[in-house]
Amino acid sequence: METVGQEVPLEHYIMLSAILFTIGVYGVLARRNAVIILMSVELMLNAVSINMVAFAVYTAPSLFAGIIFAIFIIAIAAAEVGLALAIVLRVFKNRGTANVDEIDSLKW
Amino acid sequence: MTQVFFFIMAATVVAGGLGVVLVRNTVYAAFLFIVSLVGVAGVYILLSVEFLALVQVLIYAGAVTVLLLFALMLTKARDLKQQLDGSQRPLAAIAAVVMLGAFITMMDRTTWPRDPGELTVVPFATIGDALLRRWAVPFELVSAVLLVALVGAIVIAMQEEGEGEA
Repeated sequence: METVGQEVPLEHYIMLSAILFTIGVYGVLARRNAVIILMSVELMLNAVSINMVAFAVYTAPSLFAGIIFAIFIIAIAAAEVGLALAIVLRVFKNRGTANVDEIDSLKW
Repeated sequence: MTQVFFFIMAATVVAGGLGVVLVRNTVYAAFLFIVSLVGVAGVYILLSVEFLALVQVLIYAGAVTVLLLFALMLTKARDLKQQLDGSQRPLAAIAAVVMLGAFITMMDRTTWPRDPGELTVVPFATIGDALLRRWAVPFELVSAVLLVALVGAIVIAMQEEGEGEA
């Protein structure tokens, strides 16, 4: 099979993944708009995908587990976005806002 | 050369991500989200997984972002610009920094496997083969989940009878 030279150590990918995940965590905690919170969640999912693909490619190149998992993550993320946006639209229709601080009917 | 490309891509990903969580305009945030996702596609190319890069651009940067932009449009998010960030912003920043610190500490203490030196380019046919033979059951399950989720999304977003004009 065809091979390409690789000069980037595994740690760099893990570092990038950690930074992206942290940005996502900050976005989920700090942002108040439901759609932007969803984008931050997607950033976190992407960080996990990078992590898995990097480990798969560096430590077990003959197995494609990490790559297959990344494909599954993308599929699940698409399902999640569709469902979550439907819920956001529904909430907006009923309550007139997409601000998560104002949607607190389930809070006791 | 590879390293230069990696740092360009990493900078794109991080800058786009920071834009999503910091920019004051929600539509700009959505476009910076695309920048970040395309950067991730570049990282996949660097990891020699071209298939994932293509899927990333098609599904994430294409379909998912268009969906998000439609949601922003329909929820009139721009009208609520002044309340984009909650009062827990400093706490969120502290939590994020602590988390990153924990990650870096753990990475520092771990001994990483030696670099393979060269990566095997994964051909499309091999991925398809693995997906439909070894991983056939999870693959079908994910298809079912996707179908159910999208039908559910339609049902949730649908206007109910006698609900009146929204």
